[in-house]
Amino acid sequence: MIKKIIVLVLLSYWISFQAHAVLTIEITQGEDAGAPIAVVPFSWTGKGAPPEMIHEIIAADLRRSGFFNPLAEKDMLAKPDSAQQVKMKNWRAVNVDAVVVGNITAMPDGTYQVRFQLLDVYKGTQLAGYSISSRKPQLRRTAHQISDIIFKKITGQRGAFDTHIAYVTSSIDRKKQRTYRLAVADSDGHNEQTIYESRQPLMSPNWSPDGKNLVFVSFSRKRPEIYIQNILSGEIKRLASFKGINSAPVYSPDGKRLALTLSKDGNPEIYTLDLKTNKLYRITRSSAIDTEPTWMPDGKALVFTSDRGGSPQLYRIEVGSTGPVGRSKRLTFDGKWNARAAVSPDGRYLAMVHREEDKYQIAVQDLKTGHFRILTNSRLDESPSFSPNGSMIIYATEDNYRGVLAAVSVDGRAQQRLSLKSGDVREPAWSSYKQN
Amino acid sequence: MGKIISILLVATFAMILNGCSFKPVQRGVKDKDAEDTQTDMSQEGQGKDDASYGLEQDGALTIKSLDDPNSPLSRRVLYFDLDSASISAEDRETISVHAEFLSAHPEISIILEGHADERGTREYNLALGEKRAKAAEQLFLLQGVSKTQIQIISFGEERPVALDHNETAWRLNRRVEILYSGY
Repeated sequence: MIKKIIVLVLLSYWISFQAHAVLTIEITQGEDAGAPIAVVPFSWTGKGAPPEMIHEIIAADLRRSGFFNPLAEKDMLAKPDSAQQVKMKNWRAVNVDAVVVGNITAMPDGTYQVRFQLLDVYKGTQLAGYSISSRKPQLRRTAHQISDIIFKKITGQRGAFDTHIAYVTSSIDRKKQRTYRLAVADSDGHNEQTIYESRQPLMSPNWSPDGKNLVFVSFSRKRPEIYIQNILSGEIKRLASFKGINSAPVYSPDGKRLALTLSKDGNPEIYTLDLKTNKLYRITRSSAIDTEPTWMPDGKALVFTSDRGGSPQLYRIEVGSTGPVGRSKRLTFDGKWNARAAVSPDGRYLAMVHREEDKYQIAVQDLKTGHFRILTNSRLDESPSFSPNGSMIIYATEDNYRGVLAAVSVDGRAQQRLSLKSGDVREPAWSSYKQN
Repeated sequence: MGKIISILLVATFAMILNGCSFKPVQRGVKDKDAEDTQTDMSQEGQGKDDASYGLEQDGALTIKSLDDPNSPLSRRVLYFDLDSASISAEDRETISVHAEFLSAHPEISIILEGHADERGTREYNLALGEKRAKAAEQLFLLQGVSKTQIQIISFGEERPVALDHNETAWRLNRRVEILYSGY
């Protein structure tokens, strides 16, 4: 297995006093399994160096997905920048199925024109061709959008490169003081921005479906309370601060409600909160621990963790707009310990943390067939979150006991790792698609 | 530019939130920072607060005992098995000693702070920490301590005391701390 490390240096263009993290992405498995594709370096018309290496961003996106195996630049026999210049035999000779060519032009008004074409080498046809107007800070995003178009054309599935991840980091400074940060980055780990910082623990970030808000748990007042923050304006609001635990907030698929865990009535129970009326509806009633709710994509049921059977397992309960409909039904029967579910966007797969002997691993259960499969093999994996197209699961794991993020394809084939140079990173949450 | 301003606003707001939060209630801490805990304990132990309570009957635990490392009241951590909130016989004795003291001093209150080890999921561990603290609370209540004297908080796995990743560390982290406010 070839290991390739791409070190991504993040820009620290804002808050200069804040020490900035460096995220490293390491493809740990599956590099050679994908479809062969060539992403030819984009030509550049303008002064100085090209503003962004767009082809590199695209190739890295495609490789990370596990579906593609981009050809190394040194193995390319020619470097055309438009379809007219492409000689298909050059590409058949190196066994690629598809070629991406393109160019970037500096425009007089300071913008950039990015053109690209995706060609089928064997049929000799153009699969896609676009001209996109972009500006300097948006060029990485433009590259991710191009990756999304290529991914869709070739796999038939929507790409999820032009999306974000949120996560929590924890680091200790020279005075041994711990700092917790809630950060947001592009799906490839670039453009990290801290949106909330505390000396007290932060937990459980979750995106609103429109990608504008994050809801999370903060101990900033020395107890777990739920906050909601607009990531663009920075506006923040305390949403739940009842007696006891206020935690595990998750947006409903329509963004109008939250499911959450409160122990105000004595022990942890699942509630829904109508964000418009601020009304709470209690969903579970048991003397056991009920927590970690997540929504089914239709918004009509919740899956949650409960130890009502003696040890944590996943249960499902139908919910209406004002409370539960019917009773909880147990979903997991493989092993003695299953918790913290995530449901794939199509509702078919249930990802969870599964304990196998002394290891906590990410497992997936097919809700249609019941087929159960363990995807990872580390000591302590946590917090699975599906990419919005359902093809990958991002989760928290560790490397030499340091918290890192990793992603695995739902079939277990492709794996990658995102780690901070120092400190821990954990509790990843993948955003929905951006709404333009 | 607008972005920079908004981020600065967030940062400022985060600082305000931190600034407003109440100070950590830990052993020996009054209104000082948690870092001063150690010195506070030795210096304030002989403070004038002690005298105002005076001596009690033979063998009874006085306020002073809170600062006495040889007092049975100096045991202030209860430990748990994995995924369990049952309290051991030894820890029941610890609770009895504190319960007796608290019943005699209804003006004194405690925080029962529940914790879990790093294994398992964070939200479940937050609930487990609370379950442990509540199990301890039940025993306090049964022994006549008033509910108003006890506050329950869980930190889940977020505040380990031992940072290693083995059973020795996990055993220390699966705990409930008995924290006296103001002492």
